[in-house]
Amino acid sequence: MKTEFEPTILAFVCNWCTYTAADLAGTSRMVQQPNVRLVRMMCTGMVDPKYVVKALLSGADGVLISGCHPGDCHYINGNYKARRRVKLLNEILPQFGIELGRVKLTWVGASEGNEFAATVNNFINEIRELGPMQARAMAAV
Amino acid sequence: MSNRIGVYVCHCGTNIAGKVDCADVAEFAAGLRDVAVSRDYQFMCSDPGQDMIINDIREYGLNRVVVASCSPRLHEKTFQKACQRAGLNPYLMQHCCIREHCSWVTADKEEATAKAKHIVEAAVYRVGDHQELFSREVDVLPDVMVVGAGIAGIQAALDVARSGHKVHLVEKSPSIGGHMAQFDKTFPTLDCAACISTPKMVAVSQEPNINLMTWSEVVDVSGFVGNYTVTVRRKARYVNEDVCTGCGTCLEKCPTKVFSEFEEGLSRRRAIYRNSPQAVPNTPVIDADHCKMLTKGKCGVCQKLCPTGAIDFEARDRVEVFHVGSVVLATGYDTMDPTPMTEYGFGRFDNVYTALQFERLNNAVGPTGGQIVLKNGESPESVGIIHCVGSRDVNYHEYCSRTCCMYALKYDHLIKDKVGHHVKVYNFYIDMRCFGKGYEEFYRRVQDEGVTFIRGRPAEVVQENGKLVVVGEDTLLGMRVRVPVDMVVLCTAMEPRPDAQDVARVFGVAQGQDGFFLEEHPKLGPVSTATDGVFLAGTCQGPKDIPDAVSHASGGAAQALALAARGHVDISPTTSWINPDVCIGCKVCIGLCAYSAIEFDERRNVSVINEAMCKGCGSCAGYCPSGAAQIKHFDESQVFNEIDGLLGFRPEGPAEAVEIPIEVRADEPA
Repeated sequence: MKTEFEPTILAFVCNWCTYTAADLAGTSRMVQQPNVRLVRMMCTGMVDPKYVVKALLSGADGVLISGCHPGDCHYINGNYKARRRVKLLNEILPQFGIELGRVKLTWVGASEGNEFAATVNNFINEIRELGPMQARAMAAV
Repeated sequence: MSNRIGVYVCHCGTNIAGKVDCADVAEFAAGLRDVAVSRDYQFMCSDPGQDMIINDIREYGLNRVVVASCSPRLHEKTFQKACQRAGLNPYLMQHCCIREHCSWVTADKEEATAKAKHIVEAAVYRVGDHQELFSREVDVLPDVMVVGAGIAGIQAALDVARSGHKVHLVEKSPSIGGHMAQFDKTFPTLDCAACISTPKMVAVSQEPNINLMTWSEVVDVSGFVGNYTVTVRRKARYVNEDVCTGCGTCLEKCPTKVFSEFEEGLSRRRAIYRNSPQAVPNTPVIDADHCKMLTKGKCGVCQKLCPTGAIDFEARDRVEVFHVGSVVLATGYDTMDPTPMTEYGFGRFDNVYTALQFERLNNAVGPTGGQIVLKNGESPESVGIIHCVGSRDVNYHEYCSRTCCMYALKYDHLIKDKVGHHVKVYNFYIDMRCFGKGYEEFYRRVQDEGVTFIRGRPAEVVQENGKLVVVGEDTLLGMRVRVPVDMVVLCTAMEPRPDAQDVARVFGVAQGQDGFFLEEHPKLGPVSTATDGVFLAGTCQGPKDIPDAVSHASGGAAQALALAARGHVDISPTTSWINPDVCIGCKVCIGLCAYSAIEFDERRNVSVINEAMCKGCGSCAGYCPSGAAQIKHFDESQVFNEIDGLLGFRPEGPAEAVEIPIEVRADEPA
């Protein structure tokens, strides 16, 4: 049924952990729903909140940010900075009519290919539940 | 000049083409803005594939290239080099992945092709904003610093020194040798540990290229690969190393006795002490916390007795600064204190020993002169050895400590050998992991010696009628067991040093979840770290036995030498850049930078990046409130374009002239 809502998910993933995990998920042929598209960043610490907002305004129904586990950051503590930014971002997004849960931060280590596939599939399902983003129409005005 | 982009879609045999209609993707790409040529080919990474790109760059005057194939972590360098051979700056190429993240993980062909189109579209939009970037070359200082002088640090220092490079070897304790100096025998060959490690320790002290600094600590590291400035605090020893002959007279008359760390608390040492008669250097050290002269100002017996006048109570800590090209970290491990595991009775019952204490009981210069005896001086008639104490345990350390099975087998043999074959030895184990060369054979040999193996981690150790009883389950028999023994040895976990976090911070290396230092890659970068020019050696990276620690150390030394011998190093240009015209001088980025790579220019009132120290993590760019800080190759416009492409968002822009000749797909290379 093509009329059903198919969400579009953008994932900002760090080069060292989650991007590697995504590679591993691929090498291990762990099937994922096709709705996710990856943006490779060197570190979750470089994910500017405006990238997330831009993605949501340009057509993404959900944004996943994923990096190394706390303490494992390739750049010492970039993932802690990402955690702080996402927390702040989630404080302000509802004020623009964007539901909580559209932006999600997770940790997926380089060896966790199965974890990556599961995270992606779960997140897509969560966004499918949430439905299409209504706020975009307002923001475009 | 407008962009002329070449798009190359790889089939990767059927790896991509099996799910993605590559010809369709190439045709779609040909219609995108600025695309001058778009092709699909069976194996882009092959020589003809690369030649196709090179020829096109020349023939069509391409100034941007997009390759859609496998993960950039695999072949980005390959295609960057191909572009470079054609005279195109490698950073004008974008490698996007339609294999690992598309064809291999998508069930439906149509959906996979659609996803691949989005990925290619994003790359085309992104590459349009790419800038030429040039890596820089910096000189590498020839000296190397090795931190920690256990067996790994010793090996690394000797390897580097013998190549002719100067090594500064820093050791925290008063003498070198680390934990290996505490052992009596090594498995599985039963070599005497001192017999194989002491010659190496002496070699260190005699090697002219090694500047050995014991009783010293690194307090600060600054700089970047090839140019580190290391500050070392040399703690006051109160004994003049240049004058002391190591005669040992002072050690005899000192009136203060405290528990010895080297003997694992089994015996006492004086306030002036050395670890063992074989210590290197042989110079004693005065424990300032316990020396009566230093704490109360009276005593000074050692000073009166010293025949060479080497004792100097006026000594103060000194700070020395070294300039080195690279650092090898060999700070080692500690064994877990089993006191919190109250069920095993360590500290509550006599005759419950840790593994390191048992090593000292075996050591010929240990507290018992090498006799395995109970606290009352009698020989044990039965011994219980409990494996995996704190290892493979979700409450303590989840990892396997790798050495315990083997040293437990060594203890089995030593007990049989030293106390007598009538002694009953029980091993309580979860699994036996005898993975090394000659290890399985050693396991067989110990089994043949009549040692009992009981599979199952014991529940507790209790004391009944003055005898210890190990209570547990034999999971092979499916029966509960109660084994009365005279002595219990706990095979305690290897764990990171308690100060590993401080060391990690000083050297800018990361720690894994288990607290050990994190290597660059678990398989292919086991000695390098995320910080260029800082390498790992031995058990600071994770539990290792002696052969593994030694070979790991040689690996670290080889990496340090490769840098030193080459004499220069390329610095990646994908660093941060702060636009001085936009920077408002708020200094937020300075606090965010984990590498202290940002300085404030007071004159211009702007922050400035030191590109040699910047690792390109983007912490500053992700936060900069004015958008002045940008990461090269990941700047705002590039990421925005990529997002647009991925979401199929066609930005409105000036329509490009259509005079670009469009060459739609060609199956064969030109």
